[in-house]
Parts: sequence; C-alpha cells; structure tokens
Amino acid sequence: MSGPEPRIAYLAGRHAEPTALERLFYRLMAVPAFAALVALADRIGLTRRGAVIAIPYGWLVLFCLLPFLIVLKLSFAEAELAQPPYTPLFDWVDGHFRGIRVNIENYRLLFEDDLYWRSYLNSIRIAFTSTLLALAIGLPMAYGMARAPLAWRTPLLMMVILPFWTSFLIRVYAWIGILKNEGLLNGALMQLGLIDQPLVILNTEIAVHIGIVYSYLPFMILPLYANLEKMDWTLLEAAADLGCRPARAFWTITVPLALPGIVAGCSLVFIPAVGEFVIPDLLGGSDTVMIGKTLWVEFFQNRDWPLSSAVAVLLLLALVLPIVLLQRQRARLEAAR
Amino acid sequence: MSAMHASPRKPAEPWNDPAAVPYIRLREVSKAFGPVNAVDRISLDIHRGEFFSLLGPSGCGKTTLLRLLAGFETPTGGVIEIDGTDMSAVPAHRRPVNMMFQSYALFPHMSVAQNIAFGLKQDRLPKADIATRVDEMLGLVQLAKLGDRKPHQLSGGQRQRVALARALAKRPKLLLLDEPLAALDKRLREQTQFELMAVQERLGITFVIVTHDQEEAMTMSSRIAVMDAGHIRQVAPPAEVYEFPNSRYVATFIGDANIFEGRVERAASDSVTIHSAEAGRLFVDRSVASPVDATVWVAVRPEKIAIAAEPPADASVNCVEGTVFDIGYLGDMSIFHVALAGGRRVRVAQANRYRLVDRAITWSDRVWLTWPPGAGVVLLT
Repeated sequence: MSGPEPRIAYLAGRHAEPTALERLFYRLMAVPAFAALVALADRIGLTRRGAVIAIPYGWLVLFCLLPFLIVLKLSFAEAELAQPPYTPLFDWVDGHFRGIRVNIENYRLLFEDDLYWRSYLNSIRIAFTSTLLALAIGLPMAYGMARAPLAWRTPLLMMVILPFWTSFLIRVYAWIGILKNEGLLNGALMQLGLIDQPLVILNTEIAVHIGIVYSYLPFMILPLYANLEKMDWTLLEAAADLGCRPARAFWTITVPLALPGIVAGCSLVFIPAVGEFVIPDLLGGSDTVMIGKTLWVEFFQNRDWPLSSAVAVLLLLALVLPIVLLQRQRARLEAAR
Repeated sequence: MSAMHASPRKPAEPWNDPAAVPYIRLREVSKAFGPVNAVDRISLDIHRGEFFSLLGPSGCGKTTLLRLLAGFETPTGGVIEIDGTDMSAVPAHRRPVNMMFQSYALFPHMSVAQNIAFGLKQDRLPKADIATRVDEMLGLVQLAKLGDRKPHQLSGGQRQRVALARALAKRPKLLLLDEPLAALDKRLREQTQFELMAVQERLGITFVIVTHDQEEAMTMSSRIAVMDAGHIRQVAPPAEVYEFPNSRYVATFIGDANIFEGRVERAASDSVTIHSAEAGRLFVDRSVASPVDATVWVAVRPEKIAIAAEPPADASVNCVEGTVFDIGYLGDMSIFHVALAGGRRVRVAQANRYRLVDRAITWSDRVWLTWPPGAGVVLLT
C-alpha cells in the first residue's frame, strides 16, 4: 500500500461532490501524523459520540491534569541556583537513564515550619468567615431578585454582573481609597460626627474580609439566583396555608430547596478565597498571613520553585478532598431521593 | 340524632332558611389587579357543610375569590367573614382554612408522611399525636404503604390524594379546593369525584371548590355559583342552575341551549305566551315578571326537543319546521342540527334507544321539532 487510506467509513464515497469539511479531512489525511491519529482513533473504536465526549476530557487533561503533573513533579525537586532553578526529576547522563531523584524535603518542611501551617489555617478561616458573610448578604439579595417583578429581574442581574466590566485589580485597589485613615469611609463618618478618630480598617483582617466579600459576592448571588428563580412559590403559600409563619417557611421550605444553589455559591466563593493573593496583599496587613501570599513570597522572592510547588499541591489536595467527599454525599442524597 | 339534641333537624337546604347563620359571608368583596377588577363587589353566603362550587371560564375571577378566602390576596374592598370573624386582619397562616392547590404544591424535599405532618408540626402537637393523625390520613386516602415515598415517586392520582390528606390533616372547618381534579385523566377524575364527596360527607367539612368543568360541578355540589368577569351570575343547586338558568349566559355556559328571541304576547299568572320571529308561537307553563310586548328569550335544552318526520297534530305552538343539516352520532345519543326556514340552526339531542341500523331520519330530511310547555325557560337578560 502506498499510503494510509481513510478508514472512517462514513466519509468515504457517499457524495460525488465532497463537502468543505470532507475536503479538509482529505487534505489533512495527506499529513502522515494526522493519518496516523485517525487510524489510531479508528483502531481504539472511537465513534463520533466518543469524539464529542473526548473534547472536554482532552481539555481537562491538557489544561488541568497536565499542569498539575508538572507542579507535582516540581514539588519533588530541589531548589538550586541555575536556569531553571530546580534539579531535574529524571536523571539523564549522556542519553542514558540513571534513575529518578525524589526529594520529599519540601513536604517535610511544610509540616515542620509552623509558618505554612498558620498560613493554611488562616486562609481557611478567613475564607470560611468571608463565605458565610457573602452567603448572609447574597441570599437575601438573590431572594429579592427572584421574587422581583419579571421586568426588573434582568436589570437587577445586570447590576450584579456589571462590576466584572472593570478590572478586578482596580476594584480591589479602589477599596484602599475607601478604607484608608483619610479615606472616603472615615471622612464620611467623621463628617457625620459618628467618630472623632479615624477607624483603622486598611491593612487589617477586616479589610481582607471586606475585599473578599465584595469581590466574590456575584459568584454567590448568581448560582443562588439561578436556583431560587426556578422555585415554585406556591409551596410557600401552601406552607402558610398549613399554619407556617413566613420566617419559619423560609427555613423549612426555601432554604432546603435552595441547598444546591447554596452549596454551589459557597464553593465558588470559598475555593478561590482560600488561595487569594491580590486581596490580602493590597488590603491586608503584615500580620494577615494567607497561603496565596506565602506562595508568592516563596516563588518570587525566595525563588524556591519546588517548595512553592509543594505548597500549591497541598493546597489543592486540601481543597479537592472535601469537594470530592461533598460530591459523593450529594450523589448519595440524590440516589436516595 | 340522639335525644339529647332537642334542636330541630338542620334543614337540608340551609340557604332557604332565613334563620340559618352562614359560615362564610362575603359582603361587596372586590379585588382589583391594576385596572382590572378580578372580583367585582361580590356578596355571597356559604353555609356549614356545603359542597360549594365556583364555576366559570378561565379569567372569570373564581380562583381569585378562592385565594381571597385563603388569605393569599387582600381584598381591595368589602368584608370577608368566616365563622363570624372578620378576616381582613388575619394572615393566611392564622386562618382556620386549608387549601388544596391545583398544582398540589407538595413539598418535594419531604416524604409523603412529612408532607401530611407539616401542618400538625406548626401547631406543636405531641409527636405521638402527629404520628397517629398521619396514619389516619394515609388510611383515609388509601396510601397507607406509601408514607416514606417522595412526591416525585408517586403517580398523579396518588399525589392528588396526598395533597388532599395534607389539607385535611389539621381537620379544618373549611377546605378550599382549586381545580382539584384538573390534572387527572377522565376515568380517574370520575372516581375521585365520588371519593371527594364521600370524604366531605364523612368529615362534615365545608368544601369550596373552584372548577371550570361543569360536569364536575354538577356531580359534586350542593350549590353552584356561576361566575363571569368578576361577577356571580347565579347561585343555585345544580338542578336549578340547569333547569332554571336566570340568564342567557348561564343557560349557554351550563349545558347546551337553543335560544329564541321573542316578545311577550300574553302573560298569565301561571303561563306565558311569546311570539318569536324565528320560532313562531312559544308557550311556557310558568309565569314571568315581564310586561306584554317586552323582549325576552326562551331557552330550550336540546334533549327536551322531540324530532319527527311527520307534522304534529297541533303545529301552532312550540313547534318549528326545518331540514336536517347535520347529524352527530355519539353512541348513546345522536345530535341533530336542524336548519329552520330563516337559516337559524336548532340542536336536538335524541337518546339512541334502539340499535341504530337504518336511520329513521337522515340528512336533508324535512323534520318537525316539538317540545312540551314545561321544556322552555323564559330569560329576561
């Protein structure tokens, strides 16, 4: 045989005049690498449906799994003053494989030096309280939006999304102008005579909380709104009809039914907030140690790529494990339903 | 009744007893949504133990009236009294009323038993009492084995029964039902109608039901209120609404009716003679409060008209002549559309009392339609 012929049957000889897609396919088949790929796909029994599913899987492998593997590999290396600044994992000498050098010193250090532990716990604590605050603010907002007249909903939704038109960095930076001692907030409060000394908010944990809640509130509101918007409000009438006070109906009917939205919103706020770097860096003080900032310092100031990779791997595990457990719990609940 | 109760027996028709105190009183009740009066100055009395139907086309205000009783809407005018208490300041969750929703509104995250127990929990009843009552209700609606199921695991008919059990669990004095059977198929609907009536009779609860299905209202109700555009057109027991409609609207909304326009020729104390341009002389054996020469309408139900291929002995009154334009064969009966000389069509329904092999009357036949003096009803509006 002179060359590979197309093995995917549905493309061969159906039309006298090939379509543009088919012409492209035939032209690509002239490239040996593409032909080999097609042959391989055909060999492993890849159907068209399989190909469709393969796209998101391929995306995840390429942009999620592969970078993670690179970071994982880095975390087992040793820092050195070189270009790149770490020792290779696989030891090659004159083209001969000599073995794998695994260095677990980085992980040992993470467990021994309490700086890292404190950073992790601090981050989780700040992210947790910020998430609760965002939920406390976002749930009434989403509820109000979902119960607003139909004509109002789109403008209200736009107002939630609108801040995204401005750069995240600029929005966080603007909070410095609001929160600093001679800033807008203190100025207004002093003008009103409510305080005579400026409140010290900037460069404290309070400022970090404000920054996180402000920045991530839309991520809380949107899934909550999407969930509440589908809610059947006659259920609340039914509850009232059966003698349930409105506040109680909110807790026994609305909240349980909004739970998927609450879980989604909290995850979308909590997860990025744990690894947040910009907000603690701009608004937090020197005593607000968060893991994102620690990572930054290790990477850019100490140029210890392997150690910062280990920090990142552990952070990822700390975040992914609870999510996996939560998902499994939810799947079990769904099955029970 | 035992001998201890010396009071006279409750009349079967409390609405005809001037001494009876109604359980629900509506006085000039209105509800406006913007410029639209969904309910327009309605006054109505409903008595204890009634099975009362609000019947009307969609958008006539019947559901709004029910929601006003439940407390989901506040009237823009008028007073609603339940059991002698003005309800205007009483929110929905404090009213002695339970409602069965058209969509059933079962709580999807709760089991059948939890749904039924929900109202009882609000009253902080002891756990054991709640469990007993839930079992009792599950037995009442014949779902004893399905207490642990979630609503989405039930069929439509089962969900309907859960909704009924939940609404009855608190033993309300008044149950409101919003199109309770609309989501069921025909056979199940008929069966459920009788179940609802049995439950109502057994528990002695007052039922107010909203429906657009006249057959449903006819079967179940003690009285029917026929509604149209925010107004009540007639309130009467089913047979009265059907046999003595008070307007052309009611006559054509409930059942089918041929309506002839005419002028009063002679009004006696026990009968009335009317002359109609399209149907000749009409004679009705009831008096009418209308002067001679006034324009009135005579409604004649299709099943009360006899059809014959021969002219009757006396064709001068309650008799029209025409040709068969169309025949509809429904199995149990046949519907004849007869075209009169002026082009007017008259509908006649005839029970098929014998197997239909050869039609005695067929298309384009010349026929005579007659009806007795007791068939027609004179309508003033």
